Amino acid sequence: MESSPPLTNLLSIHELTRAQLLLILATAQKYKSLMAESIRYQPVLHGKTIGLLFYEPSTRTRCSFELACRYLGAHYISIAKAGSSFVKGETLKDTVWNLRAMGVDLLVMRHPVSGAAHYLSQKLDIPIVNAGDGMHAHPTQALLDIFTMQEHIGTLENKVIAIVGDIRHSRVARSNIHALTKLGAQVRLVAPPTFIPPGIEQLGAKVYQNIEEALSADIIMALRIQKERQLSGYIPSTGEYARLFGLNQSCFNTNSEGLIMHPGPINRGVELTSEIADSNRSLILKQIPNGVAVRMAILATLLGGHQNE
Amino acid sequence: MSNYIIKNGLVIDPVKQTQSKADILIKDGKIADIAAEINCSLPLIDAANCIVTPGFVELHAHFREPGFEGKETLDTGCQSALQGGYTTVCTMPNTNPAIDKEYLVRYQKLRGREINKIKLEVIGAVSKGLAGQEMAELGKMYSAGAVAFSDDGMPVMNSGLMRNALVYSSQFAVPIVVHQEDHALSGNGVMHEGPTATKLGLAGIPALAEEVMIARDIELIKNCSAKLHVAHVSTAGSVALIREAKSKGLAITCEVTPHHLTLTDSLLAERLYDTNLKMSPPLRTANDVEACINGLLDGTIDAIATDHAPHRFDEKDVEFNYAPNGITGLETAFSALYTALVKTNRIDLLTLVKKLSSDPARVFNLPGGTLNIGSWADIAVIDLNRGFKVLPEMLATKGKNTPWLYQKHYGKVCCVLVNGEIKFVEESFNGAKENL
Repeated sequence: MESSPPLTNLLSIHELTRAQLLLILATAQKYKSLMAESIRYQPVLHGKTIGLLFYEPSTRTRCSFELACRYLGAHYISIAKAGSSFVKGETLKDTVWNLRAMGVDLLVMRHPVSGAAHYLSQKLDIPIVNAGDGMHAHPTQALLDIFTMQEHIGTLENKVIAIVGDIRHSRVARSNIHALTKLGAQVRLVAPPTFIPPGIEQLGAKVYQNIEEALSADIIMALRIQKERQLSGYIPSTGEYARLFGLNQSCFNTNSEGLIMHPGPINRGVELTSEIADSNRSLILKQIPNGVAVRMAILATLLGGHQNE
Repeated sequence: MSNYIIKNGLVIDPVKQTQSKADILIKDGKIADIAAEINCSLPLIDAANCIVTPGFVELHAHFREPGFEGKETLDTGCQSALQGGYTTVCTMPNTNPAIDKEYLVRYQKLRGREINKIKLEVIGAVSKGLAGQEMAELGKMYSAGAVAFSDDGMPVMNSGLMRNALVYSSQFAVPIVVHQEDHALSGNGVMHEGPTATKLGLAGIPALAEEVMIARDIELIKNCSAKLHVAHVSTAGSVALIREAKSKGLAITCEVTPHHLTLTDSLLAERLYDTNLKMSPPLRTANDVEACINGLLDGTIDAIATDHAPHRFDEKDVEFNYAPNGITGLETAFSALYTALVKTNRIDLLTLVKKLSSDPARVFNLPGGTLNIGSWADIAVIDLNRGFKVLPEMLATKGKNTPWLYQKHYGKVCCVLVNGEIKFVEESFNGAKENL
């Protein structure tokens, strides 16, 4: 395997070397096997304390980090925005300095502001895992997405991956573009023009405005359409979006073998119909256990519980 | 009254457009003579190896007092101005309370005289409480000495109010200064809209947000004799619009900041999410910087103004979106521009001095900014060859929020006179030591 400096933080895919990315995926593979066993417990982080700081709602990311901590034998404290001192006006800096003073060894954070994870890494001397910062990055999601893709279609070299939806506001799209291009895949972005941010091609993706062009891809990843985008004028309605860009059965009349992914939570009937979401071509629930395995790999790697070999 | 002779310096006269070795005779606080060799026994300021320029004139500073003394006070602001070579500063009215009444204009001017460092001029609010609804008492503020009116920071989105303010202000012949930003276009943007914002996942402020407002106001002044001054121009499109309006003879002037002349939005990808790169308008592209420099050179842009905007350290030490807009500029304006633009031959020294002194004075019709015989001796002595690192502890402003921190600059302000009195001597400058 290519050698690379050891990982000290996971802030964005962009900052990872290809070798670091591959190492996380390889480590995740081991934890994936553990997930299949009857006793899911490998306490390589026994005695460590991990802080999970979620300034935005989360089900999948948060639960998979909690399970990853438990399976690795680490303690964790889980803090949500509501009920924390954030509502009293405490700054992020003060909150995390207090958590650090309590002995937290690693901090996982989701935050609505882009760059918040970088900011945190400047304030603390412990590893930081970005669990999503604003519109910027969601590296653990991209890693689990890549892991899932490789599981189902093998190497991503020269494979075509289409990402459909609100690219402009999506940290998932940005992190996936970085990860996919690092692994040699071709990335197509499909969205109404208001959802395409200027200069996105510079990240190495191609922009399409016609859903038909997405469907010949090996994998089609639909992104969540947030209701508030309608209010802020990016699209006239989720109904019109569903008509023009939603994935439905009639999209797939041909011989297309494209597989469907979605980072969740899904809006049934908007990004994709229930028939598609629940069909054989959907990998949506296959992504979920991989999220636990990938996050175990990241925590173990950053806290030294996993010996690189 | 003070009398001095400034000898051995390279005198930069932006009005006569000359730079020559000359001596300056100061009598009773005024410039009495400038000649190649003046022999007299007055106290000497030795400006050997230095340039001697008019004290700089700032059209756009936020000194935060009253209301936000944690960020800056009139005293620290005036000291900061002196250390940057400024002898006249116009302050923006977005204090608490906002400077929207006659007594508040009087109060600030009186505080300026009490502090007695530089000449403090006051810009009054256009609307009551800067709320953008009702016109403030422009006439009363004018009679108290307000030199211009502005709702800076808060663009006047209400076109009807803007039109009335322009028409009404024309009776006083002072400019309305506008921060041009269409809030519907800038939205929740925090940096320039473009590839860097896309990469960093930060919401963008399009160049259009500035340009459509300038286009609107150009239409508004077409049929009245109002003076419109566009604050901190930042885009190539803005420069083009103003160039065209000027060519049609409209009474429009504008300013540009040192940071919009030297820095670009791509810096945010280098210094990831550095809140000292967050200001409004935001840093733009290399193409915009180029257009601003060209605008400065061809006279489209009248003046350089810093938009000195101090904030407390902890206010800027937060997540990017939560940090307030603004950077400080008075103490770094000359050295930043000299280092980035004059030393690299992008602009000449004479133009730089002119755009910092006599041209801004002309725009607001202020007395300073020249070396004319008979005028008050507001003078800066600057050592161009002295390199220094911009360190927080050397800045007099309370706001250490500058993108030039720890950068190497050339052009150290050594000595500043206001009305012929020595108000500032840089600690390692020996040319004026005996007069202290």
